[in-house]
Amino acid sequence: MKFAVLVFPGSNCDIDMYHAIKDELGEEVEYVWHDATDLSKFDAILIPGGFSYGDYLRCGAMASQSNVMKAVKKAAEEGKPVLGVCNGFQILTEAGLLPGVLLRNQNLKFICRTVQLKVENNNTLFTNQYEQGQIINIPIAHGEGNYFCDEETLKKLQEKNQIVFTYSGENPNGSLSDIAGIVNERGNVLGMMPHPERAVDALLGSADGLALFKSIVKQWRESHV
Amino acid sequence: MKKVKIYVTLRESVLDPQGSAVKESLVNMGYKEVEDVRIGKYLEVLISDTERDIDALVKEMCEKLLANTVIEDYRFEVEEAN
Repeated sequence: MKFAVLVFPGSNCDIDMYHAIKDELGEEVEYVWHDATDLSKFDAILIPGGFSYGDYLRCGAMASQSNVMKAVKKAAEEGKPVLGVCNGFQILTEAGLLPGVLLRNQNLKFICRTVQLKVENNNTLFTNQYEQGQIINIPIAHGEGNYFCDEETLKKLQEKNQIVFTYSGENPNGSLSDIAGIVNERGNVLGMMPHPERAVDALLGSADGLALFKSIVKQWRESHV
Repeated sequence: MKKVKIYVTLRESVLDPQGSAVKESLVNMGYKEVEDVRIGKYLEVLISDTERDIDALVKEMCEKLLANTVIEDYRFEVEEAN
């Protein structure tokens, strides 16, 4: 299985993402610069965290208009898995691939620590290796992770089971309904603020993020073998 | 040449924690009259003479990039630029 890790000016979790796929998951992975126009040789697209374009204007706003995002939209339409983490989640909402928006954290502080997440839906191609309701430890590191959408959108997210991860126990950033990660209606585009790629080995404090990447591979193997 | 002044503001329904913090500061400084503060953005865009409809052009820029209409409203004024 071949993964693409997108790189924008200001991305800073691209190397962690690459490491998670290559060394921990043992799959093929390549960096792809933001002006690329063709992602057809990849089976899954990963949009890493960071501060693309310095977070100018709004987080992810300018990255969402880059060349490569047109190719990401095409890949999403084809049903390929697309994962956006942190700034990647912000880019996906700005690009309209996921509903809602990430606002400044309610306490206005940048928060960098490990939090507990609850797997709200293990019936997605990103979470099939987790138990329903499982509590996992994954680090967050963001200043703008406060998920917001209108009531109608929230209702739709709940009805269609699109809320995949919620913050368990304490809500660190003020997110609506404790939302930490959502998928699109089709279920092949996941955006999440916590960093699974930073939790892929016990040496890093937690290996709970690895199952997310294993889920993607499992689903891909089953549909391609 | 036209100068377009664009104001991007947070929608009423969206909390503005930055504005709230500034409001608290103003009140603590003794400006007890301050009821609320909302922080937005102001942009000046210079646009060369074009045959395209300038209002439609600016609206498109706002919708596509300059404002996120999930949480923000925008308005703009077009002036002759020297």
